[in-house]
Amino acid sequence: MALLEATNITKIFGGLVAVNDVTFTVEPGSIVSVIGPNGAGKTTFFNVLTGIYKPDKGRVVFAGKDITGWRSDQIAALGMRRTFQNIRLFGNMTVLENVLIGMHVHLHASIWSIIFRGRTMLREEAKARNKALELLSFVGIADKRDELAKNLPYGDQRRLEIARAMAGDPKIILLDEPTAGMNPHETAEATQLIRRLRDERGITVILIEHDMRLVMSISERISVLDYGSKIAEGDVQAIRTNPRVIEAYLGKGAAGHAA
Amino acid sequence: MTTSTSSQSLWQRVTAPLSSGPIAYGFLALYVLACSILLVTNPRTELSTDVVFVLFLLSMLVAYRSRVAAWFKVVLGVFALGVVLPYFGTLNPFYIDVATQAGIFTALALGLNVVVGFAGLLDLGYVAFFAVGAYAWGIFSTPQITEINPAWSPVDPVMFYPFLIIGLILGLITGVLLGLPVLRLRGDYLAIVTLGFGEVIRVVANNLDRPINITNGSQGIRAIERPPLIIVDQIRNLGIVADDNRLYQLFFYYLVLIIVLLTVIVVARLKHSRIGRAWEAIREDEVAAVAQGIPRVRMKLLAFAIGASFAGVMGVVFASKQLFINPPTFDLLRSINILAMVILGGMGSIPGAMLGAIIVTMLDLQILPRIAAVLREAQAAGAPIPRQFDPTQYQRLLFGLLLVVMMIFRPEGLWPDERRREEQHEVEITDEELEADKTAKQAGADSGS
Repeated sequence: MALLEATNITKIFGGLVAVNDVTFTVEPGSIVSVIGPNGAGKTTFFNVLTGIYKPDKGRVVFAGKDITGWRSDQIAALGMRRTFQNIRLFGNMTVLENVLIGMHVHLHASIWSIIFRGRTMLREEAKARNKALELLSFVGIADKRDELAKNLPYGDQRRLEIARAMAGDPKIILLDEPTAGMNPHETAEATQLIRRLRDERGITVILIEHDMRLVMSISERISVLDYGSKIAEGDVQAIRTNPRVIEAYLGKGAAGHAA
Repeated sequence: MTTSTSSQSLWQRVTAPLSSGPIAYGFLALYVLACSILLVTNPRTELSTDVVFVLFLLSMLVAYRSRVAAWFKVVLGVFALGVVLPYFGTLNPFYIDVATQAGIFTALALGLNVVVGFAGLLDLGYVAFFAVGAYAWGIFSTPQITEINPAWSPVDPVMFYPFLIIGLILGLITGVLLGLPVLRLRGDYLAIVTLGFGEVIRVVANNLDRPINITNGSQGIRAIERPPLIIVDQIRNLGIVADDNRLYQLFFYYLVLIIVLLTVIVVARLKHSRIGRAWEAIREDEVAAVAQGIPRVRMKLLAFAIGASFAGVMGVVFASKQLFINPPTFDLLRSINILAMVILGGMGSIPGAMLGAIIVTMLDLQILPRIAAVLREAQAAGAPIPRQFDPTQYQRLLFGLLLVVMMIFRPEGLWPDERRREEQHEVEITDEELEADKTAKQAGADSGS
């Protein structure tokens, strides 16, 4: 059974149809990409999936539950986490605290046990810290645990955002342009990390990305959006040769040449 | 800005040897002792005593900041706040009243700090929760209750103690009731709604004397009961002669001290827990916080309710201490005053909120009136001050000016939360960078032409 099933999703802002009747399915344990020119509605589509926007039409089913219209935090608690295109860390909190925030839904200490420093609360905090440190070493920034997030170099901020997303033990992580603004070396490292997410942790990954080399090397399936509509879907080979995709990216003439 | 940073480093150079090592112990002990002796030997109400009193309270903050053993701080604190100050209070009741008042507002500032400082919710009607607690005890402890239903009679004064808990619960409930509909709003909108709510509570208190007289309207409630003193007979048996008023002053001083201590502990523990982290995350970036599974409205509601419950407890204490409450006690200015304490001290900072509360209360009750009195004496003695100038009229002006100056030169507050200070500096640096950028561009343009 599919892990995530979005059916006929439509999202309209005023007169603009940002996402138009998109159907999208993700199998558990896969890495899939959503690509498309700027303004194609990719991030809006992510925002609909993660509950930031409510779809005007359509249905989202995740892990066997119909999550259409759920609040963002409920969806996150159910195991769908994301990163943001323009990194949104808690800049004035430490690296470790950022990861601990990601764990919020798994911490249950009651207000009484916090006020009285109950044993369960102390044990829970210690456990959470250990787990956070483990995640930080997984992404390779454990030595920076006590720095403020905003002081991290760009690449490390991306890593931290992924560690924070992993902290909630998600079934699926949505990465919104995880390598934007990176040099080729950093991109290669990020690619590696995304692969390890799936291979070592079994987390399903959905990727929005403009770096075609990365997309083509890592994705098992690719969906292409243009002007809010899905114009193509398939494996890497099928997308590469699809005339409509080439047209969307390069214009009609180029598509003609390719065909 | 450069001057302030260099003076700060000079300040640090001077204070560094005094704040750690064996010298610190001697310095602190001497400081506290000297102030104590000065206070006790000269308990008259005058400007010099005011200064010593402020220095005396400041010693507690200096001790807190110094790198000395925790037991030493506790010993100093117990000695100064638990022994010297109450004793001084028996010599000069004015000062213990100031200290008690400062304590009440410290607890309120700590509560508001949870709402504004931790969770980032601007609440301009905080005093409403204070009013709820105060009116609860005011109504139930006096014959006012018979106005509501002649069959009811006032509760026994000993019920004051359970009423502290009832005040807490009432504050909590009011906080949730107000919070539920409004916490979906953000920033300025929330500020306006809370401002309105604060006024609503005051106006309700003012007008709820008809058709059923619940609050006695603008006349307020008089002769509010004080709790029976528990150990008073034992004290009398020791041969100490003390009248009730003095004893009640001491009683309320200690009661407030205990509540403030408990409040500090609760607030500090919350701050460093999953709840405190969630508040901080919401304050920093709401969308990102929600994406981590933090239930936005529920966490905000929690902050609101916790802040309100502190105010509820203190309301009960306040009503009982003042013996009299009326609607103007809980006006907008009071809310703004508490907010000023939080901002003056440093938003999100626990010692900051306490410092802010102490300073604002002192300014209000003690320093500004005293300055006005000194000026008036000078005026009477023939100093060249125009006859039309009445210094007492300018207290609020002075207070306002002080706030303005503070915000210009130290926007992060007197004792900022470490991270908040960095936030403020971030802005400063970018401003400087912009400036540098501009000059660089100009230089480039000049050389180009």
